[in-house]
Amino acid sequence: MMDFILAKYNFWIYVIIMMIGFYAVIAKSNLIKKIIGLNIFQTSVFLLFISIGKVEGGTVPIYQGVEAVYINPLPHVLILTAIVVGVSITAVAFALVVNIYREYGTIEENAILEMSKTDD
Amino acid sequence: MIKHFPVLVIIIPLLLALIAPVAGRINRIYSWVIAFLATLFSFIIAAILLYQVMYSGTISYWMGGWEPPWGIEYVIDYFSAFVLAIVAFLAWLVTIFARKSVAAEIEEKKLPAFYGVYLLFIVGLMGMIVTGDIFNLYVFLEISSLTAYALVAMGKSRRAPLAGFRYLVIGTVGATFILLGIGYLYIATGTLNMADLGARLPGLFNSKLVITAFAFFAIGFSIKIALFPLHTWLPDAYTYAPSAVSALMASTGTKVAAYGFIRILFTVFGVRVFLEQWVSVPHFLIAVSSVAILMGSILAIAQTNIKKMLAYSSISQIGYIILGVALMNPTGLQGGLLHILNHAFMKCALFMSVGCITYKTGITSVADLKGLGFKQPYAMAAFTVAALSMIGIPLTVGFVSKWYLAMGSLENAMWYLIPVILISSILMLVYFWRVIDNIYFKAGKPIAEVEVSDAPASMLIPTVVVAALCLVFGTLAFIPVSITEKAALLLLG
Repeated sequence: MMDFILAKYNFWIYVIIMMIGFYAVIAKSNLIKKIIGLNIFQTSVFLLFISIGKVEGGTVPIYQGVEAVYINPLPHVLILTAIVVGVSITAVAFALVVNIYREYGTIEENAILEMSKTDD
Repeated sequence: MIKHFPVLVIIIPLLLALIAPVAGRINRIYSWVIAFLATLFSFIIAAILLYQVMYSGTISYWMGGWEPPWGIEYVIDYFSAFVLAIVAFLAWLVTIFARKSVAAEIEEKKLPAFYGVYLLFIVGLMGMIVTGDIFNLYVFLEISSLTAYALVAMGKSRRAPLAGFRYLVIGTVGATFILLGIGYLYIATGTLNMADLGARLPGLFNSKLVITAFAFFAIGFSIKIALFPLHTWLPDAYTYAPSAVSALMASTGTKVAAYGFIRILFTVFGVRVFLEQWVSVPHFLIAVSSVAILMGSILAIAQTNIKKMLAYSSISQIGYIILGVALMNPTGLQGGLLHILNHAFMKCALFMSVGCITYKTGITSVADLKGLGFKQPYAMAAFTVAALSMIGIPLTVGFVSKWYLAMGSLENAMWYLIPVILISSILMLVYFWRVIDNIYFKAGKPIAEVEVSDAPASMLIPTVVVAALCLVFGTLAFIPVSITEKAALLLLG
C-alpha cells in the first residue's frame, strides 16, 4: 500500500491540493475565498504538469555540445501559458467582486442571494 | 496571401481587438467601426475558406512553418469550415445589431472597452474552430470564456456581475478539467496534435489513464456546453447580459463548445472505440441529452422573463445537438451538426428580436408583451418565424434537423427517442405559443397604448435577415444538408 502511494506521490499531492481548492470553491460563501479556492484548484493542475516533465537523471534542456539526458520542457511551457490564463481569470474575478460589492455592499454570497431575490 | 487565410481569420480580429479600445478614445463610434470591419473581414475569409474546402479539400496550415505534430497545426476541413462560416456570419450580423442596442444598454465611456472584449470573444471562438492542436484549443477556449464572463457582467441589471461571477467559477472548473484531460492524454501519448493523438490512442483504450482523460473531457465540455445537470450558469448569464451579447453567446458560444467536444469525440478518440469498447458512453450521452431536451423545455414553461425562457430553451436545444452526436451514426450526427446551424440562427433571431423589444419598451416579462405584434411588426414577425422554426414546423430549419435526428434514432433502433423529440416539440409549442398569443391575439394593457414603434433599421435588418434565413435554409435544405453530410462522413471516418 505504502509503495503504491510513494511510487506516484506527485499524483497524490496534486489530488489532495485539488480537493482542498475544490472544497473552498463549493463550501465557502465569501466570494474572495472562492477565488482563493479556485486558484488552489488550478495550481494543483500546474503542479501535475510540471512534475510529469521530470526525467530521472535529466538535466536542463540546453544543448552544450555533449549528448545528455534532458528533462522534458514542453509541459513547463504549456504551464507558463496556463499560469497566464489563471492570472487573467483571477483578475477578472476580482474585478467582478468589486462590482458586486458596489451593487450589494457585501461579498458574502448568502447575503447577496437573499438581497437579489427582490430584484428582477 | 491565400495560403495564410486559416490564420488571418484569427489574426485580423485579434489585432483589431487591441486597436478598438484605443481608437474609441478618439471617437466612440470608431471602436464600433473597427468591430464591424473585423467581423466583416473574418466572415469574408471564412466564406472563402469554406469555398476552398468544398473545391480542393482539407487545408492544413503549419504555424510558423513547423511541421506537425511538433508545431501547431490549423486544420480547415468540412466540419470546421462549416462552423467557422456560421460563427463569422452571425458575429458580423450581431455587430451590426450591437451599435444601437449596446449604446442603449451600456454606459458610453465603457463602449470602447466593450468592443475590444467583444472582438476577443469572437477571436476565441474562431480559434477553437480552426485549431488542430489540443492545447491551443484550451487556450482559445479560455480566451472566449474569460471574455464571456466580462461581457455578461457588463449587463445593465445589478445582478449581471453576480451572474458573470458564478459563470466564471463554474466555467473555470470546467476548463481546468479539460486541461487535466489534455495533461492525461499527453502523459499517455506524448503528443498534443489532434490527428496525431487520433493515430496513437487506438490500443491504449484499456488504460485507466486514457479512460480518466476522457471522463475529464466529458465533464469539462459538458459544463462549457451547458448540458443538462451542469447548465446552472447559463440561464442567469443569458438573462442579465446585454441583448447583443445574449444574441451572440446563445447563437455561437455553446455551439463552439459543442464543436470542441465533437472534435475530441471523433477526431481524437475516434468513433470506433465508442462503438466497440466504450459502448456505455454513447448510451449515457443519449440518456443525459434526452433528459436535457425534456427538462430544458419544462423549465422554460415555468419562466416569466422572456430572456430566461429563451435561455432554458437553449438547454433543451443543446440536448438535441448532443443527442445527434451520441447516436454515432451518419444520419444522427448529421442531424446534430444541422442543429448547430439551425439553433444558431433561430436563437440569434429570437434574442435579437427580444433585444428590439427591450430597446424600445424595456419590457422583459412575457405577460407585458400584449398587443406588441402590431406596434413592432417586423421584430415580432421575426420572432414568430424563429419560434415556429424552434417548434419544428415544416419548411423551417428546425424541421430539417429534427427529421434527421428522428431518422438517426430509428437507424439505431431507438424508437423511444421519437416520443422525446415529439414531446419536447409540443412543450416548445406551449411556451412559444404563450408569447405569440400575447403579441398578436391579446389586447394591450393601458401602458402598451403608449406610442411604440419598431426598433431602428440597423437593429431590425439583421434580425429579419437571420429569421428569413431560417426559412431559406428550411426550404432550400439541400445547401446545409450537403455540407453536413460530408462533415458527418469525415468525422465518422
